[in-house]
Amino acid sequence: MWRFIAGRLLQAIPVILAVITVTFFLVRVAPGGPFDSEKAVIPEVKAALEAQYRLDLPLGQQYLAYLADLAKGELGPSFKYPGRSVNELIAAGLPATAELGAYALLVAVVLGGLAGVIASLKPNSAQDYIPMSVAMIGICMPTFLLGPLLVLLFGIHLEWLPVAGWGDMPGDKILPSLTLGAAYAAYTARLSRAGMLEVMSQDYIRTARAKGLPEWQVVTRHALRGGLIPVVAFLGPAFAGLLAGSFVVETIFQIPGLGRFYVQAAFNRDYTMILGTTVFLSTLIVLFNLLSDVLAAWLNPRLRAQFGEA
Amino acid sequence: MSLLSVRDLQVDFTTRNGRVTAVNRIGFDVESGKITAIIGESGSGKSVACYSLLGLLPMPPASVERGTAVFNGRDLLAMTERELRQIRGRDIAMIFQDPMTCLNPYMTVGAQLVEPLIYHRKVSAKEARTRALELLTEVGLRDPESTIDQYPHQFSGGMRQRVMIAMALINEPKLLIADEPTTALDVTIQAQILALITDLQRKRDIGVIFISHDLSVVADIADEIVVMEKGHVVERGDRLRIFEQAEHPYTRKLLAAIPAGSKVPAECAREDLIQVRNLCTWFPQGKGAEPLRAVDDVSFTVQRGEVLGLVGESGSGKSTIGRSLLRLVPITSGEVLFDATDVTQLQGTALKHMRRRMQMIFQDPYASLNPRMSVYDALAEPLLLHGIESRKTVEQGVLRLMDDVGLARAFVRKYPHEFSGGQRQRIAIGRALATRPEFVVADEPVSALDVTIQAQILELMLNLGREYGLTMLFVSHDLAVVRHIADRILVLHQGRVVEQGTGEALFNAPQEEYTRQLLQAIPGRILLQ
Repeated sequence: MWRFIAGRLLQAIPVILAVITVTFFLVRVAPGGPFDSEKAVIPEVKAALEAQYRLDLPLGQQYLAYLADLAKGELGPSFKYPGRSVNELIAAGLPATAELGAYALLVAVVLGGLAGVIASLKPNSAQDYIPMSVAMIGICMPTFLLGPLLVLLFGIHLEWLPVAGWGDMPGDKILPSLTLGAAYAAYTARLSRAGMLEVMSQDYIRTARAKGLPEWQVVTRHALRGGLIPVVAFLGPAFAGLLAGSFVVETIFQIPGLGRFYVQAAFNRDYTMILGTTVFLSTLIVLFNLLSDVLAAWLNPRLRAQFGEA
Repeated sequence: MSLLSVRDLQVDFTTRNGRVTAVNRIGFDVESGKITAIIGESGSGKSVACYSLLGLLPMPPASVERGTAVFNGRDLLAMTERELRQIRGRDIAMIFQDPMTCLNPYMTVGAQLVEPLIYHRKVSAKEARTRALELLTEVGLRDPESTIDQYPHQFSGGMRQRVMIAMALINEPKLLIADEPTTALDVTIQAQILALITDLQRKRDIGVIFISHDLSVVADIADEIVVMEKGHVVERGDRLRIFEQAEHPYTRKLLAAIPAGSKVPAECAREDLIQVRNLCTWFPQGKGAEPLRAVDDVSFTVQRGEVLGLVGESGSGKSTIGRSLLRLVPITSGEVLFDATDVTQLQGTALKHMRRRMQMIFQDPYASLNPRMSVYDALAEPLLLHGIESRKTVEQGVLRLMDDVGLARAFVRKYPHEFSGGQRQRIAIGRALATRPEFVVADEPVSALDVTIQAQILELMLNLGREYGLTMLFVSHDLAVVRHIADRILVLHQGRVVEQGTGEALFNAPQEEYTRQLLQAIPGRILLQ
């Protein structure tokens, strides 16, 4: 088990290094720079700024210097927020984004899993078609449409929930979490339905019924675990999507999270900020993929035994 | 009064093509302390009838149209699902065919075992565990104290079936329904499980319904035999009467299908087509571990035109030998001479040419045919690949092959799922013969088939063998089948050859203890006399 995890972590290093390299050179290839602006800047000032942020060095040296800083855990100073480091900015934005992501994931797993399981119990009936159609809509509807619609309905029309904000008013976390989690809930619903249908046709489900167990016990005790393994394996990629997708939701609901910094940094050519967030997010994504793989394997006794031997 | 008395039972299925009556107004009785065997081919309705009694059929598409099934004075068919659930697993328990898939792979054996006890009898977890340990000991599991907390994949097939039996008996049911409980097992394990079931049944004085497609399996154990064909009970009676004076033609057909007697060895050319010398095929088992010696220093020859039988239990290496000869698994060491060419050294085109001359027929015709290829595609592919037919003549070639293996030409555009198991095996045989091979490895080609179909396929293989002048390696766990088709037999045990000889010699005068054990395990001694 530990060897497997260590191996996967080692594999992650070249992946993250490749991400850094590509991002590093891509942002510099993009037209414009951090200190370009509409008004003419005195050349001496610009030169001084570039020297301060090491932009005057040859590209190769900039790259190496960045890697050296990264090895020490420093993501460098932000170009646009003078006096603040990228580390500080990420630390400031992370809590809101992490919380939003966690709630959205919860929405995805609980709502989606429940819908999928319910649908699977009576395939090709209304109990199947209704949640699955809703799920299809969920997959098709982009968050920038779903968010405002939810706001219109629950925030403005019904006045049940606040229209924006994060942690300022009771209940203001519900709509953003729903908006962000909806598409993933839909995927989860489809995955868990397929997984459950597969498991429910297995011979050991017949064995469980032959024991005289009531149907709900057959489902919860015998079917759920096998049926939900595909969902667990999907959690890693889902988390990646949630992080990437949180920008839109953070914008709609005015949430001071990481996503907004990220996109603003891209507009501003804030090289260190773009790189810093990319490195941070890709590391998280790698970790979460690993976590969901380990969890999915651990749920399967046969794979668990193989891990034990390895 | 009978323990269970089924009368006028009819079960229909609603399919896309209308209603099909799977069980047509049948009746039978089960007595306490007796074994009633229900015999029939797949599709005869024998399992459907029993499942319908317990409400285990998916409804719809199934529906019980009429009938009564009085168990302990109450009609099972008139009960609500709730009432029936009180009976299932408590008064009537079941064991199923495939112990590999019937246990939940995500739960420990112990947790599954105690479930019926805790649910029906409301005993404490600790008490249930004690009871489970007693039963596991009784069904012959070694070291239950440590194995009870293991998962099913850590058990062999025979051990899993023992667990299933323990699970069925944990509530001391009055009736046990065993649905082909030994069909997926080796002959020796089958003998053990049959002995176990009869032993437990006698001790507890319970009634048993034993469902099987194979009369020989129940020949030694059944008290009463019910023969089913196409949803009808065609014959019922005492075991000896059925075996000695069967009245219905279908029962006679079933009896005739049981492979009996030895083949008279064919006149061979006395020329070795295949010489295997010191063949070893080992599979690595991870770092530090000893490799698994699947085939360990095996030497033998196959003469041109001969059918050589390879017999052994699972894990004896018999399939691996077949695959090694065809280079389908990497060989560790040794020589395989085919027509004086060492097959183990061949590469590229030379190997491809050799493959044309050596073909394989696999066990499971459900899994070995590509479900997205029609019969035409499956048969045309090897013909074209090896340049036997041109694009223009390939259709004729395919139709000729279909004639040879006894498939109607009208089926040429159909897909595997539209065929029965026996028909699929015919397709697989046709595919293997397409390249006009000289040598065919048949790996358990009839083990997944019903006895009657099995007899037909064996007949077909014997005929085709003569027509095509084939040399054959026939791999099987079933000595009776091998004796029927092979000129000479090799008995394998743990990767080594234990004994060899003609079927006659092995059956009448086995030299080795292991061969004797195998012979002992063949069910239906009554039929051999």
